[in-house]
Amino acid sequence: MEYFAIIIGSIFVSNIVLAQFLGICPFLGVSGKVSTSVGMSAAVLFVMTIATIVTWLIQTYILIPLGITFLQTISFILVIAALVQMVELILKKISPPLYQALGIFLPLITTNCAVLGVAIQTVSKNFNLLEGVVFAIANAIGFGLAMLIFAGLREHLDLMNVPKGMRGVPIALVTAGILALAFMGFGGLV
Amino acid sequence: MNQWKNFTKGFIKDNPVFVLLLGLCPTLGVTTSAVNGLGMGIATTFVLVCSNLVVSLIKNSIPDKVRIPSFIVIIASFVTIVELVMQGFTPGLFDALGLFIPLIVVNCVVLGRAEGFASKQTPLSSVLDGLGMGLGFAFALTLLGGIREILGNGSIFGLKFIEGDAMLVFILSPGAFIVLGYLIAFINKIKKTA
Amino acid sequence: MAKKESSFLNMVITLFVITAVASLALGGVYNVTKEPIRLALKAKAEKAIKEVIPVFDTLITFKIMPEDGKDSLTFNHGLKDGNLIGVAVETYSYEGYTPTKIKIMVGFLPDGKINNTAVVQQKETPGLGTKMTSEKFKAQFRDKYPKQYTLKVVKDGGDVDAITAATISSRAFCDAVQRAYTTFEKIEGGNK
Repeated sequence: MEYFAIIIGSIFVSNIVLAQFLGICPFLGVSGKVSTSVGMSAAVLFVMTIATIVTWLIQTYILIPLGITFLQTISFILVIAALVQMVELILKKISPPLYQALGIFLPLITTNCAVLGVAIQTVSKNFNLLEGVVFAIANAIGFGLAMLIFAGLREHLDLMNVPKGMRGVPIALVTAGILALAFMGFGGLV
Repeated sequence: MNQWKNFTKGFIKDNPVFVLLLGLCPTLGVTTSAVNGLGMGIATTFVLVCSNLVVSLIKNSIPDKVRIPSFIVIIASFVTIVELVMQGFTPGLFDALGLFIPLIVVNCVVLGRAEGFASKQTPLSSVLDGLGMGLGFAFALTLLGGIREILGNGSIFGLKFIEGDAMLVFILSPGAFIVLGYLIAFINKIKKTA
Repeated sequence: MAKKESSFLNMVITLFVITAVASLALGGVYNVTKEPIRLALKAKAEKAIKEVIPVFDTLITFKIMPEDGKDSLTFNHGLKDGNLIGVAVETYSYEGYTPTKIKIMVGFLPDGKINNTAVVQQKETPGLGTKMTSEKFKAQFRDKYPKQYTLKVVKDGGDVDAITAATISSRAFCDAVQRAYTTFEKIEGGNK
């Protein structure tokens, strides 16, 4: 079924972080611990889905009819920036501890290329609104999955004897590369 | 401020990719060849210099609370200009860089310099900072792209020097992570001994 | 940092002015680059068209929406001395391995035979899916009649030899060519 292919494809085959390189900054920055990764993934899921819906509507009902699709980049990023502000305000009210835990990373979702990337891809692949929503949710799940696996790996890495020069980011990147290699194996799924 | 130091800090000492670890998405995503890395680096430098200049010129007219959205609109405008110009005049490179061109707008290097530097410094310093950081970024991307192209495709800047395929993994996604990881470790080593 | 007071009015005015100036500037750049962009796209399409149909002196282009499709196909009728000598169809597939749309130019002779194919756009896996642009893969489509030559990979019961370890990309290629042929049949069906 069409939707099945979108879901499996977005989570495993074309994983947003490991295959498409979108969302690397939070991926490396937040994945130090499993607990913050969960929070970040949830926030991304929320922002990504709503952003995709709103940008889809803007593209379909404003940009295309008025012939101003060259304003796509500006309008999309403004929508995302506004959404993130909203999420920050909502989180502050309903869950101050989570808000504190995510700290600087929340506004960073604005510059998360994954959110803008998924929004742009949704319209360039000509999805209808429902397909777009499924696509966004699936990609957010893929993002979360990659982050959680990676966070688990990193927590282990911290306990290991890594050569001095490779400690921190270098070994994290090499590990991500091996994880990406593993995910390539999903290619035969769809 | 020592303008020479301001300009050159972006090359090694404060290299946006290797040291500041910013802008990693395009770094990993477009460096499948030296040309792509260089093209993206130049496009980003253009946006960096222009946005730094504009932000620095109007910094006193922007209320504090809306500075981030304002910076974003300014940056997005220059990114769109780059998109349109590349689409019309360098269609091959435009197709090769694809989605990553509009993504320059969320490149942490650009917003980072606007917020952290240009909004506090003079236009001249901001332009030099943008230029230096941009060229440092371009350097990093071209280097990474070159290494991946040599190992993964057996060519450099499009000129092939072996028959058939090389170690394909390097132009695939795992290769990007692994080569960057080792490059950062290497640069760290150089910085320590320098 | 910013010296201006963050009153609501100031904030609104600032954002409005910046956005207005930006939109105007972009509108200007858009107008300037519109023509070069159109020419660049046209050149790219023409290059592909010339690759897939015999030499022509006139080109008539129109768009058709395929039955199953999200986007339209572009039909290019190549005429020489007033006679139809080939139809180049720019077709597409979203079934590729990566999210980027695959665009193929398929050249049909008036009797429905595939003359040649050219890949206009693809971002498949280097060394695997990208092999769809290779002579070896494309050659098998040449001079075939889709009526007898099933446009599916062998694994799916067809006649097409998929690229080793790149079944998805090969399937997408077939999907694109099939879409072109089905629509071609519908349009040109009577003009044999």
